Amino acid sequence: MAFDKMELRDIEVWDGNFAAAQALRQCQIDVVAAYPITPSTPIVEGYAKFLADNYVEGEFVMVESEHAAMSGCIGAAAAGGRVATATSSQGFALMVETLYQASGMRLPIVLNVVNRALAAPLNVNGDHSDMYLGRDSGWIQFDSYCPQDAYDLNFIAFRVAEDHDVRLPCMVHQDGFMTSHTAQGVHTMDDDTAYSFVGDFKPMNDMLDFEHPVTHGVQTEEDWHFEHKARQHNDLMTKVMPKIQAAFDDFKTLTGREYNIVERYDMDDADVCVVCMGTSVETAREVALEMRAKGIKAGVVGIRVVRPFPFFEIQEALKDVKAIAALDRSAPGGAPGMLFNEIAGCLFNTDTKALLSGYIYGLGGRDLTKKHLVDLFTELQANVDAGKVLTPLQQFIGVRGPKLQFL
Amino acid sequence: MSEMKKIKNLKEFSTSADRFEGANLLCPGCAHSIIVREVLNATNDDLVLSASTGCLEVCTAVYPYTSWDASWIHIGFENGSTAVAGAEAMYNALKNKGRLKQPDRNPKFVSFAGDGASYDIGFQWISGCMERGHNIMHVVLDNEVYANTGGQRSSSTPIGSSATTSPAGRVSYGEKKNKKDMVAIMASHGIPYSAQVAPNKWKDMVKKIQHGMAVDGPVFINAVSPCTTEWKFDPKDTMMLTDLSTDSLVFPLYEIIDGHELNITYRPKNVVPVEEYLAAQGRFKHLFKDEYKYLIKEWQERVDANWAYLNRREEARV
Repeated sequence: MAFDKMELRDIEVWDGNFAAAQALRQCQIDVVAAYPITPSTPIVEGYAKFLADNYVEGEFVMVESEHAAMSGCIGAAAAGGRVATATSSQGFALMVETLYQASGMRLPIVLNVVNRALAAPLNVNGDHSDMYLGRDSGWIQFDSYCPQDAYDLNFIAFRVAEDHDVRLPCMVHQDGFMTSHTAQGVHTMDDDTAYSFVGDFKPMNDMLDFEHPVTHGVQTEEDWHFEHKARQHNDLMTKVMPKIQAAFDDFKTLTGREYNIVERYDMDDADVCVVCMGTSVETAREVALEMRAKGIKAGVVGIRVVRPFPFFEIQEALKDVKAIAALDRSAPGGAPGMLFNEIAGCLFNTDTKALLSGYIYGLGGRDLTKKHLVDLFTELQANVDAGKVLTPLQQFIGVRGPKLQFL
Repeated sequence: MSEMKKIKNLKEFSTSADRFEGANLLCPGCAHSIIVREVLNATNDDLVLSASTGCLEVCTAVYPYTSWDASWIHIGFENGSTAVAGAEAMYNALKNKGRLKQPDRNPKFVSFAGDGASYDIGFQWISGCMERGHNIMHVVLDNEVYANTGGQRSSSTPIGSSATTSPAGRVSYGEKKNKKDMVAIMASHGIPYSAQVAPNKWKDMVKKIQHGMAVDGPVFINAVSPCTTEWKFDPKDTMMLTDLSTDSLVFPLYEIIDGHELNITYRPKNVVPVEEYLAAQGRFKHLFKDEYKYLIKEWQERVDANWAYLNRREEARV
């Protein structure tokens, strides 16, 4: 190998972007095709700099749009090698056509999505609108709560995506600015250990194997399209979760760091809980502990795998709780929020009598404060005491003006 | 080392083994398959091919069949060029890392796309590929219309043509805009080689494709592809139409080296009046009404002026 290893301290102070860039370096990505957009740009800048300093060997293709970035990634992945890129928001929206193509062609690309609001109005700050836009695209979606997760989940993502039983692209999400630009202590792996976790890329149906020519991206109409889509969904529903769990288990053995498909905090005896994603998980955990000091048995459920949606894991996590708040950080566009709907779907037809309500928060980078969560847990406890949901099913929190609530 | 095919005559050419099967769904008389065979037949080297969405793509890769006996990819309408650019980047990465399965090969990266996928929706992607210097060749199958979706105008559709979105009618002569000069635009990227080719002049075509495959860097090829369905002529007349297109100088054959040095590569012995080219196609039928005959005169003047311009460019050697 012609490139140089990098000496890392056991704990480095990295923001989420740099943590992800370091993970891409340690996975020795063969091709990155990318286009800059705030706040994800430093990830691919990091890869370019590692390349310039000979800490990685590969090709960085700085293309002319995010659509071209994913198009180039698809061509590179079909050629047969390890491929990654990063984007946010509008760039993600521009990529959407190619996201469906990447997953339908079963190409193991890893896309770091630094979550940011979607215009209009234009906004560079974090919410989950872009993550939600990708939720039907047939990708596996992992969610980070902090820079450590953004680092670790990239390794998990390559392991799962490149598994020949899976062959599906993966997104690793982190919150724009709150994670991507906030430096924290990150426990590292040395280069050899990190690479050993993902291993060498094992090509399949690679265009550069000239002894076995392949045709990628065919047309299927009413005669075969449904079967292809059904098979992709079948693999998402039946094959992916066991592979993710196995990767989490191996990762814990290697590093001692534990990840779960659904993260449960103080849920063993919880009466009330919030279900949320991203940096809000950590805020909610802190407030839940404070609520417990006040006599409210509060807990937090964090979604770690957004797609495939952890249906059974959510059922298990919520089976004994009495009131649940689903926190959605995306403008719901005339419907309940995604998490609200998914959780309602999980719990319907089960024996749970839990009261479910939904909250829309944090759009365009608006802070979710501890005060918001104290009020929210208090509201949930009031629901439990009354035996019914006392509020409308959908409330907006942290927004100016008269209280906004629906349903 | 690159291995270019040596083909002496048309008979040898027609029986030469190729990697694009005759079993496909293209219309009888479609020039696309002829052009593709001529391009692929220019080399014995391995190929990494793409097709953008369009006639070629939907007629050659319908699951569970394929007409391609070479590595081939289709992603979407606009990004076929970037697909092979990505594959080329991976080739370079794996070559440097010593991970190619067959390191002794010298693959050629070629993307095929229609004029809609090149002049219009894929314009930015192709420009990006040309500017970045990928070692790829982009071949436009230029039938001057969105044929796959039923004959809508593209920015390659010539003035006076009746297309479904610019139809000739009681008060209209059809398309109002001149065709975009894509070869000039691509040459302006400073790429090592760009050229216009036609399937009837197959030796000229093969020579240009081989030149393009030998140079280091991006290559742009614009191939005239008469469309029996949308140009409205009898399928048996494809080559006759192609002859008319080159011999009337509506499609002059030339090359531009390093973005500036222009060479005319075919000078018809007997230049055919543009009127004959137009008269052979249903899409220009309405131009022969008295009120539109001035357009035929303008057509001829435009073609003459362009030919004079190309000759001046060639003489100037700049």
